[in-house]
Amino acid sequence: MGNTLNFAAVWRSFDLLLEGLALSLGLAFAGILIGCVIGLIVAFSLTAKAQLWRRPARLYVTIIRNTPILVLILFAYFALPELGLALSKTNSFILTLAIYSGAYLAEVFRAGLAAVPTGLHEAGLAIGLREGQIRNSVILPLMLRNVLPSLGSTFISLFKDTSLAAAIAIPELTFEARKINVESFRVVETWIVTCLLYVATCAALAALIRYAERRLAIPR
Amino acid sequence: MSDCLLEIRNLHKSFGAVEVLKGVDCLMRPGEVISVIGSSGSGKTTMLRCINMLEDFQDGSIRIDGEEIGYEIIDGARRRKKEREIARQRALTGMAFQQFNLFPHMSAIDNVMLGLVKAKRMTRDAARDVAERWLERVGLRDRSDHYPSQLSGGQQQRVAIARAIAMNPKLMLFDEVTSALDPELVSEVLQVIKGLAADGMSMLIVTHEMRFAYEVSTRVIFMNQGRIGEEGDPREMFNRPRTERLTEFLKSSPFTK
Amino acid sequence: MGMMMDLAAFFDQAWVARLAILKGLGTTVAVSALAICLGTILGVGVGLALTYGARPLRWLTRGYTDFIRGTPVLVLVFASYYVLGTVGLDLPPFEAGVLALTVFCSSHVGEIVRGALQAIPAGQSESAKAIGLTFTQTFAYVLAPQALRQILPAWVNTAAEMVKASTLLSIIGVGELLLRIQELISRTFLSLDFYFFAGVLYFAVNYAIERFGRYVERRSALPT
Repeated sequence: MGNTLNFAAVWRSFDLLLEGLALSLGLAFAGILIGCVIGLIVAFSLTAKAQLWRRPARLYVTIIRNTPILVLILFAYFALPELGLALSKTNSFILTLAIYSGAYLAEVFRAGLAAVPTGLHEAGLAIGLREGQIRNSVILPLMLRNVLPSLGSTFISLFKDTSLAAAIAIPELTFEARKINVESFRVVETWIVTCLLYVATCAALAALIRYAERRLAIPR
Repeated sequence: MSDCLLEIRNLHKSFGAVEVLKGVDCLMRPGEVISVIGSSGSGKTTMLRCINMLEDFQDGSIRIDGEEIGYEIIDGARRRKKEREIARQRALTGMAFQQFNLFPHMSAIDNVMLGLVKAKRMTRDAARDVAERWLERVGLRDRSDHYPSQLSGGQQQRVAIARAIAMNPKLMLFDEVTSALDPELVSEVLQVIKGLAADGMSMLIVTHEMRFAYEVSTRVIFMNQGRIGEEGDPREMFNRPRTERLTEFLKSSPFTK
Repeated sequence: MGMMMDLAAFFDQAWVARLAILKGLGTTVAVSALAICLGTILGVGVGLALTYGARPLRWLTRGYTDFIRGTPVLVLVFASYYVLGTVGLDLPPFEAGVLALTVFCSSHVGEIVRGALQAIPAGQSESAKAIGLTFTQTFAYVLAPQALRQILPAWVNTAAEMVKASTLLSIIGVGELLLRIQELISRTFLSLDFYFFAGVLYFAVNYAIERFGRYVERRSALPT
């Protein structure tokens, strides 16, 4: 109450915070990579002609989007072993991130696919290209440009969700911050620095994505 | 009978329960330029899209240079040909669309080269030569590296025509290629088409531009409600229409001699 | 046979603990409802400030929303829980948690309100001015109704997010549903059954909200 701010304790452990941040980014990156694969498959399934593909895809998306991610995390780490799938903390967390982001990315990819004008597919057919050639040379490059903003913001969201790894004691940024908080009692300082680290990283990621968008943009 | 470039016999096409083509016949010789006119819904675009199998058709046959398009009879049953085969057959024709449909993420020359490299399996250098020649032909060689978004509507359509013709098709199909253009951009496209006609390219042109149809065609077909209403020499058709339907149609179309 | 015994044990334990589960559900509802209500009130203020405020106010508000949105919810919860004690505002976990969620909700609602108001074409307020309406009248009769159409579906989505975020309060010891379930699991060791059960319950609540949201979207749409 009469305390002045003293960042010394936080600075001493700053490298721990940075290690935690690196772990957070790594978890998010691994999660989104697998999530993209899942999301792409589900996106194509959602737009498939056969109900056999559409129904399970819709079910997956609906279930994941309506379940709190913390429940998924705890389920993956504590409940799955009972079903025979015992993963390490990190692996179960990455799996959860992948399955969680996959459901949101499916919508992102589906919208990106839908935004490609249908006339382009026909133009490809008219010059004698096969479906696979059209998909690889025309549809996917255009879809990628369409989804980049949403893909970017999903990644930033996922990065923030890595804070929940603290719930199963994975030493990422939030977990380290809480440890410092509890050990040093420098509460305000710890959380100011932690918040700033998150905000700065999110801002840097957003800038990176905007840069990527500009690089890929079609010249006007 | 390979004096015949395109042979359509008894073409029937339905969209679900609605029959859009009710038995269309057409014979076309090499070098002919046929304009297809008619009101919306008459089936003219649908007929064009059946020729390059962008639409399937339920009955009848289409032959290009004697080759049966899209379907074959196996053991007495009518079957759709394999997709690979259909893709190869599509390269026999070239199509230019009302909405141009240029690939927005590729430059003009890349647009023209894509089919040559992927479908015709040419080397990039050989394809570039061909592409440059055709862009020159439509007057856009100096815009080779421009992207569609940097070109006007008329320029985009000319690139689209170059893209189609570079594939060396036996027959060019034009689907209302000037309908989406601002009026002042229409003539540059029509000039290109006239030039191609003068060079002997066989063409089937669906159009609303009556004056153009009159000037460039060797034959005009008037389609009405899924059937061919009238066909013949452009001068005969426009000045002395024989059927009432054609007379009505011409009255409502802005065309001055 | 083993599965059947499991299920029987689960139903047995669930029934025995039914009061605790219901209390947990009640706390979840309370936390979510408070966060949504308070967050919406604050959020509307934020949105109005972002749209109509003077430059310094807009900057401040922008700073507030950017800071909140760049921070994970869990960090907000921890910060609220630990920090407020040191500045003399010693809040018990429930209140601290609700405060954190309220702040989180307000940043989302603020963005939604701002987006909806700015999406209205300038011509609307111009024509309102032209027929002599004051700003308040313009806002009440022209702008707000149109903005509401865009706000409502997004707001329902935010409400669902709040229910999901309420689970984070279990980490600071608030007795909502997830914590109660975890207490049950530590007593009965039936992790699979009860985590699945928790998932089903949360899914049911959120799915109901999702359906409600689609209903609202349909009802508020303009006739075509």
